[in-house]
Amino acid sequence: MTRIERTVDVLIVGAGPAGLAAGAELAAAGAGRIEILEREQEPGGIPRHCHHSGFGGRFTRGGMDGPAYARRSAAAAVRAGAGLRTGVTVTGWAGPRTVETTGPGGLERITAGAVVLATGARERPRSARLVPGSRPPGVHTTGELQQAVHLYGQRIGTRAVVIGDEPVAHAAVDTLRAAGVHVVAVVTDRPAAPLRVRQRLPLLTGATVTGLTGRTRLSGVSLRHDDGRTTTLRCDTVVFTGDFVPDHELARRGGITLDPGTRGPAYDAAYRTSRPGVFAVGNLLHAVERAGVAADEGRAVAVSVLHRLSGTDEPFGGGRPLVVDAPLRWVAPNLTGPGGARPLGDRFVLRTARRLSRPLLVVSQDGRELHRQRLLLPAVPGRPFHLAAGWLDRVDPHGSPVRITAL
Amino acid sequence: MTVTITTAGEPAAGGADGTYDVTVVGAGVVGTAIARELAGYRLRTALVDASDDIGSGTSKANTAILHTGFDAVPDSLEARLVREGHHRLTAYAARTGIPVERVGALLVAWDADQLALLPRLLAKAGRNGYHAARIIGADELEKREPHLGPGALGALEVPDESIICPWTTPLAFATQAVRAGVHLHLNCRVLDVADEPGVHALTTSRGMLRTRYLVNAAGLYADEIDRLLGHEVFTVTPRRGQLIVFDKLARELVGHILLPVPTAAGKGVLVAPTVFGNVLLGPTSEELDDRTATGSTADGLHLLRERGRRILPALIDEEVTAVYAGLRAATGQEDYRIQEYPTQRYVAVGGIRSTGLTASMAIAAHVTGLLARTGLELGAPRRLPPVTVPNLGEAFPRPYRRADLIAKDPAYGTLVCHCEHVTLGEIRDALSSTVPPRSLDGLRRRTRAHGGRCQGFYCGAAVRALFEEAQE
Ligand SMILES: Cc1cc2nc3c(=O)[nH]c(=O)nc-3n(C[C@H](O)[C@H](O)[C@H](O)COP(=O)(O)OP(=O)(O)OC[C@H]3O[C@@H](n4cnc5c(N)ncnc54)[C@H](O)[C@@H]3O)c2cc1C
Ligand SMILES: Cc1cc2nc3c(=O)[nH]c(=O)nc-3n(C[C@H](O)[C@H](O)[C@H](O)COP(=O)(O)OP(=O)(O)OC[C@H]3O[C@@H](n4cnc5c(N)ncnc54)[C@H](O)[C@@H]3O)c2cc1C
Repeated sequence: MTRIERTVDVLIVGAGPAGLAAGAELAAAGAGRIEILEREQEPGGIPRHCHHSGFGGRFTRGGMDGPAYARRSAAAAVRAGAGLRTGVTVTGWAGPRTVETTGPGGLERITAGAVVLATGARERPRSARLVPGSRPPGVHTTGELQQAVHLYGQRIGTRAVVIGDEPVAHAAVDTLRAAGVHVVAVVTDRPAAPLRVRQRLPLLTGATVTGLTGRTRLSGVSLRHDDGRTTTLRCDTVVFTGDFVPDHELARRGGITLDPGTRGPAYDAAYRTSRPGVFAVGNLLHAVERAGVAADEGRAVAVSVLHRLSGTDEPFGGGRPLVVDAPLRWVAPNLTGPGGARPLGDRFVLRTARRLSRPLLVVSQDGRELHRQRLLLPAVPGRPFHLAAGWLDRVDPHGSPVRITAL
Repeated sequence: MTVTITTAGEPAAGGADGTYDVTVVGAGVVGTAIARELAGYRLRTALVDASDDIGSGTSKANTAILHTGFDAVPDSLEARLVREGHHRLTAYAARTGIPVERVGALLVAWDADQLALLPRLLAKAGRNGYHAARIIGADELEKREPHLGPGALGALEVPDESIICPWTTPLAFATQAVRAGVHLHLNCRVLDVADEPGVHALTTSRGMLRTRYLVNAAGLYADEIDRLLGHEVFTVTPRRGQLIVFDKLARELVGHILLPVPTAAGKGVLVAPTVFGNVLLGPTSEELDDRTATGSTADGLHLLRERGRRILPALIDEEVTAVYAGLRAATGQEDYRIQEYPTQRYVAVGGIRSTGLTASMAIAAHVTGLLARTGLELGAPRRLPPVTVPNLGEAFPRPYRRADLIAKDPAYGTLVCHCEHVTLGEIRDALSSTVPPRSLDGLRRRTRAHGGRCQGFYCGAAVRALFEEAQE
């Protein structure tokens, strides 16, 4: 098997908002030869098929639809001087900072001074959620639905049930309606939220999906309500939304330590992973944030990568892991360091498994309290909330992991 | 030889008088194997199936193990055909490119009672003509399978148990049969069989089909066909097996097929690698009366996860790629129900429960012998055209890793399904192959496209577009 051997200064895997922003920033900083590899034919990542507005950086929030945002991000990276190659997939590792690729031009082995992983996240499909029943056509994730409707103009069905109640579920509803599909219900297992602003949604709360029926085509979704009642919603389409998981295959195949909470690479405020010279940004780290956050991280990683390239980076491993107690699910970044570095926006991102009304967040290490902070709003599953990072300089670099508890 | 596959219209096109010499009902792994064997003679053969694809019944949903037959009921027909089938299919797979990995099995004893049973199982293997098995202790077991749950006391090692691709096996059989001149009629359900002088007149969902000899390989419906010929010998009671497929990233957790010590209730739940690089957990064993109940259940999945947690604790934390269920054609007898009826020019191939993939080629040779005994003139054997099936096996070079292929055609370097690394070239090849898929599911079984961890989040729409384009 002949592979073309090449070297670049920085190799970025994934041309979504995070990877493109990293490429643009690094190229503008004159970091040398920057190459962004994207396995899809078009760059842009998830926004390529998000045909709703709500994309943009800090200053243009709400401004653009996804495809426009994707085009703009790709153009900015190329304009800055980053090399962007689409239709090229990174298939594995051949060394600490050497990857193997497949593309129509053949097989390559590319070695880089620094590697930035920006491989994004995906929604857990029905099978991964262990929803029993038959396996008829008509079962999708939002990602598949959006591509089918917006990129391929495919016919979907006539009556749909949407599972999940995160922002992405609302995007799925919009896409279904745009495709002329009647949305029968949006189903969530969460209890009805008090004081919830009612949307134009047929929302069913406190209901769990217990099975799918149908042979040649989906015919129904069976539910169990919190009060024990069971029902079957008649439909020919079901969309499983939200429930994101980082696309961590490459990280894992490279032996990079994962955080058990996020399931993305464990990382610190400089986006360093356990493998020296390999950085990670975007939804790979914390499924899922808004595109603007992913892009901000892409820009922020440039500083760390430049340190790495010029040999002025601090050694990895000085940081302490951050751990959360249930019902908190994860915190990102999930390592302290390097030195007194603070995370993006001087705050940590957290997720909860269950709704908490105005929780008190307590940060401690070895029984010593470092920080406490009352949230002003409820914390709800599927949405990020934040913890200020001001306590980082009180962390004992030789102590146990830092623990975050919600009271 | 011209290729004849029909999906609509009258199925009869069997030579001048419109009568086939032999018709095989059922294009599962058994029926396709029989059709392929018959294609080795100058006969007018038809292969008919009620569904729109070959191998879409029980044959698409099993545990994909190429058994040695070490634990079969000694001296049964099944024991002989499994043993012989193992050898035949191993050799055939090497010729045609069906992926097979000889990973070996470990029959793990989890308590003293099970440990005490191992010598008896070893002796049984010997009576089945299998002599390479041996008993290993807890230490060696731990070395071989470091991720095994706590408490395993020892194991019976069966080095020749292998894993095989369940989808390209019937595909290879069907492709070779069709290329050699067998007529394949799909969407063609046999509804009735009438007796005309010297001929069976089959009423099918597509019209009449006449055949001098009849082979019934209808799987879960073999008893119904049998009844159409006047026999009341067996009744198929579907025995459902639910399975969970874990992510490819779990593959390194397990080296062998990990079998439980069998009990009266059957072979039990196993953990096994697949040739696609995943890990399989299952199957359950549930007696049902609905022959279409191929759905999974919450109880079934719960039970599997409980069993799996004991066998390989780390497995349960891995992502699940797929869940499916298959139905074994149990008949209340611990053996195949293969029976020839000379006066009727008919062979029934029933009760091919849980070993049919392994035994398929041996069953085919056996059935062909029975047809000859029933009066069918086979004539001189002839060579079959060689076939090669696409390689879906992770242990062998897939197209996305082949510089030579990509240099000739960049479509083999263009990935469409990212989780499974399926290329545009492979999808095009499948869509224009001798026995093309007629559904996305069929395409998945030929290429794995859409069958990976994301289940279409990335590639679903693109794969559907390619499929629909090819249907125009
Ligand atoms: C349905 C939906 C609606 C959304 N709506 C909004 C919204 O309105 N506003 C908003 O701000 N955000 C929204 N988001 C979130 C936003 O899309 C993400 O935050 C953003 O795309 C994350 O960027 P990323 O670069 O980390 O990952 P991605 O956009 O997922 O990009 C990752 C890229 O890496 C590529 N890749 C992966 N592995 C490899 C490999 N091995 N080789 C080569 N390439 C690889 C992928 O093909 C992909 O293009 C939405 C997300 C979804 C799913
Ligand atoms: C859970 C499970 C695990 C298994 N594991 C293994 C294993 O590891 N190794 C192994 O060797 N075997 C295994 N098996 C067994 C193996 O899968 C079966 O023995 C084999 O697939 C049976 O093939 P078949 O051709 O007889 O039946 P099928 O594949 O069911 O084919 C029968 C065909 O007949 C057609 N048909 C039915 N009625 C009619 C009609 N009236 N007219 C026209 N067509 C009709 C159907 O459409 C179908 O395509 C397993 C089975 C199960 C269920």
